[in-house]
Amino acid sequence: MSDLKKIVIDGNEIEVDGAMTLIQACEEAGIEIPRFCYHERLTIAGNCRMCLVEVVGGPPKPAASCAMQVRDLRPGPEGQPPVVKTNSPMVKKAREGVMEFLLINHPLDCPICDQGGECDLQDQAMAYGVDMSRFKENKRSMDEIHLGPLIKTHMTRCIQCTRCVRFATEIAGVPEMGCTGRGEDAEIISYLNQALTSELQGNVIDLCPVGALTSRPYAFTARPWELRKTETIDVMDGLGANIRVDARGREVMRIMPREHADVNEEWISDKSRFVWDGLRRQRLDKPYVRGADGKLKPASWEAAFAAIAEKAKATAPEKIGAISGDLATVEAMFALKQLMTSLGVKNLDCRQSSAALPPTNPSAWLFNSGVAGVDQADVILLIGTNPRKESPVLNARLRRAWLNGAQIGLIGEQADLTYDYALLGSGPSAFNGFDQTEFFKALQAAERPLVIVGEGAAARPDGASVLGTAMQLAEVVGAVKEGWAGFSMLHPTAARVGGMAVGFVPHQNDDGALSDTPTGRDTLAILDGAKNGVIEMVYLLGADEIDMTKLDKAFVVYQGSHGDAGAMAADVILPGAAYTEESGLFVNTEGRPQLAAAATTPPGDARENWAILRALSGALGKPLPYNSLQALRAALWAAHGDLATLGVPMTAEWRPLPAGEMIPALFASPVDDFYFTNPIARASETMAELSKLAAARHTPMAAE
Amino acid sequence: MSTRRLAPDAVQPQSFAFTSENQAFAEATIAKYPAGRQASAVIPLLFRAQEQEGWLPRAAIEHVAVMLDMPVIRALEVATFYFMFKLAPVGTAAHVEVCGTTPCMLCGSEAIIAVCKNMISPAAHTVSADGKFSWEEVECLGACSNAPMVQIGKDYYEDLTPESFAQLLEAFGRGEHPRPGPQNQRFASEPLGGATSLRDAALAEPVNASIALAEAEPRR
Repeated sequence: MSDLKKIVIDGNEIEVDGAMTLIQACEEAGIEIPRFCYHERLTIAGNCRMCLVEVVGGPPKPAASCAMQVRDLRPGPEGQPPVVKTNSPMVKKAREGVMEFLLINHPLDCPICDQGGECDLQDQAMAYGVDMSRFKENKRSMDEIHLGPLIKTHMTRCIQCTRCVRFATEIAGVPEMGCTGRGEDAEIISYLNQALTSELQGNVIDLCPVGALTSRPYAFTARPWELRKTETIDVMDGLGANIRVDARGREVMRIMPREHADVNEEWISDKSRFVWDGLRRQRLDKPYVRGADGKLKPASWEAAFAAIAEKAKATAPEKIGAISGDLATVEAMFALKQLMTSLGVKNLDCRQSSAALPPTNPSAWLFNSGVAGVDQADVILLIGTNPRKESPVLNARLRRAWLNGAQIGLIGEQADLTYDYALLGSGPSAFNGFDQTEFFKALQAAERPLVIVGEGAAARPDGASVLGTAMQLAEVVGAVKEGWAGFSMLHPTAARVGGMAVGFVPHQNDDGALSDTPTGRDTLAILDGAKNGVIEMVYLLGADEIDMTKLDKAFVVYQGSHGDAGAMAADVILPGAAYTEESGLFVNTEGRPQLAAAATTPPGDARENWAILRALSGALGKPLPYNSLQALRAALWAAHGDLATLGVPMTAEWRPLPAGEMIPALFASPVDDFYFTNPIARASETMAELSKLAAARHTPMAAE
Repeated sequence: MSTRRLAPDAVQPQSFAFTSENQAFAEATIAKYPAGRQASAVIPLLFRAQEQEGWLPRAAIEHVAVMLDMPVIRALEVATFYFMFKLAPVGTAAHVEVCGTTPCMLCGSEAIIAVCKNMISPAAHTVSADGKFSWEEVECLGACSNAPMVQIGKDYYEDLTPESFAQLLEAFGRGEHPRPGPQNQRFASEPLGGATSLRDAALAEPVNASIALAEAEPRR
């Protein structure tokens, strides 16, 4: 049902949906209207009055274009389309008046304001401001408010647009900010001056049109025009949020979101935004080899490669294992897999969590509905996942689905997800008699039911059975049908789907294809083998989230960017690039391959990960058949065509696994501490502070 | 006008609960609104809490917010928006709201405020030394024909002079509840000392001008 209306904007007639606001219609017509309070993804407040336009034939005063719909305009006397003017003398005068009022209390401190150079008020004052002030009185003063370690506040600069209040309430789901008082005394506060409790709070920095809310870690370190901006992909969770890395020299100064309607809209989590100080700390900048005295000593690349080659040649392929970590690029995993295959090694795994993901059946481990599909779902069942911790931006989408009327149920750990849900059970026992429950009936009756399984549900000894049970449930309720794939797995890590897509799994057949059953050892078996002495050499490609104590006896090679658990356990350390320092493919939880770009260069002797593997392959006498990243990618795309279409999610044929026996253990989220999920985050001081704050919130005080 | 904040923690009570009578009022008020719209009852509930306590402590705001299933900050926004909500303790015997808008000012509200400063405390929003009184200047209360006037609780005390107002305060201080309304013996806003015009019924017109006009013209 369309409700198209004709409208004349500045002499151009266009036809737009009647439900559009005038500001949107003007954008359709290619005219930008200045605004402060209006934001596409927030509700309409209409309180800044900057977007005033003239409606010809309407009331004899300018109208706020953000709050008036096209269908509300009256046609002309002979039924002509309504006429709107955005550049008439009345509009100009009105906007100049609004700007003068806004500037009455706004301090003239642009030279010391962090927003300078990217400030909406500054830009619009250039267009509508006057060069003097008629206001002789003192400017209003404000008490500073405390919003935590991420957001620096200068409330004198606030123009009360309430974008931050609306974001906290609507998107983040933490109604902790508000606008108190009235008139001249209106002020933005957080309740009792407490830090916000959202994982998305950093977004208010981008939303703030002035310098009232700015980034505290970035404060006074750089000006926007001296930063080199690189558009790339975030790796802090499995969502693959589109980001822009701003760097000066070889330092990353800040990270901002980019817009991608189907992935992250324009939000990113605090971990994605503020992790950059972790890129400067605990870095591995030269190779190390463990000497005879048991101490790691700096070494040359040649010496490090020689030590690895010596051990590899003396070790049978069955006694070698390779585990890739959560931040590995697809190229590095592909190269390592080829190198290991050429050595005859079949003990490969990209699943540090030991999740029972069937490599030959992608429908079991892709977010098949697509991230944007969450918006269309009407009944959603979460199994063994805490999306707020595993992907806060996706959780904001789930919240929006809930606000739009979707019913949400959870089988798993009870947690504050920022929306109401029905807790249907905490462990696999909830599946007993599930088909008798109200929620099952709702799923069955739903037009677009969606079952979201967390990695935590699959990362258990009975993972395959849980996955099978969930897939059978999706099958029974008709969640997968023509035009709708209502079974999705939410991965909390950036590399998991990429690793699965290139088959970095212990299912290698001799002909190069993947087998349905394991032919080698998976992560747990490699670790247990290393403990028993069956595995003698383990190659860790940035793998830090495994039980390192089991690797004591084995010869461990660690290739990665940060001196974390893996580097501590290593006998040889090969320093690699972090995600902002090399170009690489990442496949997000829905199977969308996205290309990350290098914003800076790796520190010291560290090299790009694929280049390290290429050089190592030469030292091992099994040179990989490519000398450039382009050649590597050509080989990768020849082998895995579905990764070649960048930005387009992989598709999978629906093949539900059989259900099986499950153990009674309760489901747990794989993310214990949201701020500490990977080596970069663990190296970050900001993340440590946030983690401490979050822990303090969850620990009751002694007096209580 | 001044920035409105919650009172310091030192004066905030630990907890708040409605009396059973007020609880019944609160439940009846919530029931007036459709399910899911219970937050509409926030102003009546906050005001009843203020009537119960004399002022609006933080615990009361939080209690009302929980009762109405709304975020506390939303209730705080309402409480700080309206000046009728007293966010700090007021006098136990009387909180005097003196109208200072133009008609009252012309009729002598400044003298009334001087009495407040003298007898209660030099600054508004400050409780007197004995804890019994506090005062503030408010905007027009709509009783201009009886200016100057003050509001104490729900009652208007009108046609004040500094002397009669001082007596009023003394009466409150003794725990009495003086009779509200004009303090100069006149009835409502009728002239003091009886009518000054239209006193002779014989001189009065039988009907008013528009009826006379209608009667003068023959009906069409």
